[in-house]
Amino acid sequence: MDNDNVIVTQGLGRRFGATVAVAEIDIQVAAGEVFGLLGHNGAGKTTTVRLLNGVLTPSMGSARVLGMDPATDGPRLRRRTGVLTETPGLTDKLSARDNLTLFAEMYEVPREMVSGRVQDLLALFGLDDRADEPVGGYSRGMRQRLAIARALLHDPEIVFLDEPTAGLDPVATRQVHELITRLTQQEQRTIVLCTHNLVEAQRLCSRVAVLAHGAIVAMGTPRDLAQRLARQARLTLEVEPGDEPIVRAAVERLDRALVEATSPGELHVTGLDRERVPDLVADLVRSGARIYRLSPHEPTLEDAYFALQSDEEVTP
Amino acid sequence: MNTRAMRAIVRRDLKIVGQTKGVLLPMIVVPVLMMIVLPAVLVAVPVLVPDVASELDDLSAMLAAMPDGLRQSLIGYTPAQQWVVLTVLYMLAPLYLIAPLMVASVIAADSFAGEKERKTLEALLYTPTTDLELYAAKLLSAWLPAVAIAWIGFVLYGLVANIGAWPVMGRIYFPNLSWVLLAFWVSPAIAALGLGVSVLVSVRVSSFQEAYQLGAVVVVLVVGLMIGQISGVIYFSVGLVAVLGAILWLAAAATLWVGSQSFQRGQVLARL
Repeated sequence: MDNDNVIVTQGLGRRFGATVAVAEIDIQVAAGEVFGLLGHNGAGKTTTVRLLNGVLTPSMGSARVLGMDPATDGPRLRRRTGVLTETPGLTDKLSARDNLTLFAEMYEVPREMVSGRVQDLLALFGLDDRADEPVGGYSRGMRQRLAIARALLHDPEIVFLDEPTAGLDPVATRQVHELITRLTQQEQRTIVLCTHNLVEAQRLCSRVAVLAHGAIVAMGTPRDLAQRLARQARLTLEVEPGDEPIVRAAVERLDRALVEATSPGELHVTGLDRERVPDLVADLVRSGARIYRLSPHEPTLEDAYFALQSDEEVTP
Repeated sequence: MNTRAMRAIVRRDLKIVGQTKGVLLPMIVVPVLMMIVLPAVLVAVPVLVPDVASELDDLSAMLAAMPDGLRQSLIGYTPAQQWVVLTVLYMLAPLYLIAPLMVASVIAADSFAGEKERKTLEALLYTPTTDLELYAAKLLSAWLPAVAIAWIGFVLYGLVANIGAWPVMGRIYFPNLSWVLLAFWVSPAIAALGLGVSVLVSVRVSSFQEAYQLGAVVVVLVVGLMIGQISGVIYFSVGLVAVLGAILWLAAAATLWVGSQSFQRGQVLARL
């Protein structure tokens, strides 16, 4: 391994005919990190996971995962990685217990540990009371939890989670988030999280890479990305009740900014370019608005993401 | 070879087959018809119809059109015995091959195209198996039951043939060497060929039904053998059965090899 990095790629890419699914990406993921892969559908997240597990061979570049080359050491590598695929891929005709037991065999979990490990995971994911029913009768959330349990059967060192909370209710989503936190903080597992959910990424990921058209367009901690890339500010303004029309008029003079009154004298301004904030304040003062409070909000990963996406739309 | 993972894949596929009526039903109905009902009806004819000897006089006209070897093998039998030997040992022989062929085709269609249809294949691709282990496990999960059914069918066929025809034959006449070869040399081969064709078809279609229907095209081969025998062009002699088995093994090896070339993880994913 490259120091503490469990994943290192150099110019890793994959083409399908003329289509570039992943374009020469360079990433390093440290042990114990939650690394997010963000992007629209078709941005290259799933293909990247496939390349890193030796399920697809690269068209260009190389990767080292846990010190192995996925292209040549795929079977050996997959003993040490676990993957939650985008669709749960469970066998509906079989029970949850059978689904897990058979995969535990495939992942070569020691025989004497199989039933205990399966039972522990069923209990952990709240499925033990319906463990012997066919999975076909499960809700979407239960299926997703079972698929995550399957990815953890063999105690993998790196867990790839492709949209782990898609279709989950808030309680199950929280359980998954807590599980991810526990896996990294207490068990030192590395997580690669593919997600559309930017709030989830901001909350869980130590670093993220934003993919667009197969290429990495930004990479860093969610906070760094937000501060570096988010060009639009969000503000809360408190003015003298009755001065709201002055604020509305001033905001309307600015491109793309929106204002919304939340209570008498309090307004939220969104979509405002950061460099126009002083202009807005000056305009309000000139117009005679009595300002009691102006609170800028910390930019979020979501702000950064949409800033990047708008760049992509301008320069496809 | 990761045999433990392969065994788990086989067990999983067989469990799915056991739970899927659309797959299980033809696997039971066709062998029962071909290996129990049909021979039972045919051996019952001379037993249940006492004056069948006169009806069977026409048999000599039919026999006249048969190859020499077949005629020679029937010398010394009464017309009723000739009926039993001709139908049970020769005419039904090609039909016996339908069961292993069909069982292999139907399971392979489910195991390859069905898995694709159910979107359960990708999770298997992430297991620590090589492409070859995964492919071999999937083949075994279809081939083993097909051969098992062929061999169980062989035993049941023998019981029906010998017990049912006992009043006419008065001795155990089944199996002859051709049938032993048919059961242990040809039926595993035709199951493998059915499997190979189903794999090739499954790669190109997206549903179990399509794969099963197209994969069943190999039945044409069996029908051809049957017509050839009824019309007197060929008969299931030891030599013919041995050669037939060799040809089927070669054809199976070729189709399975071609199938293995398209069963590489990257290609499989591209078709999901």
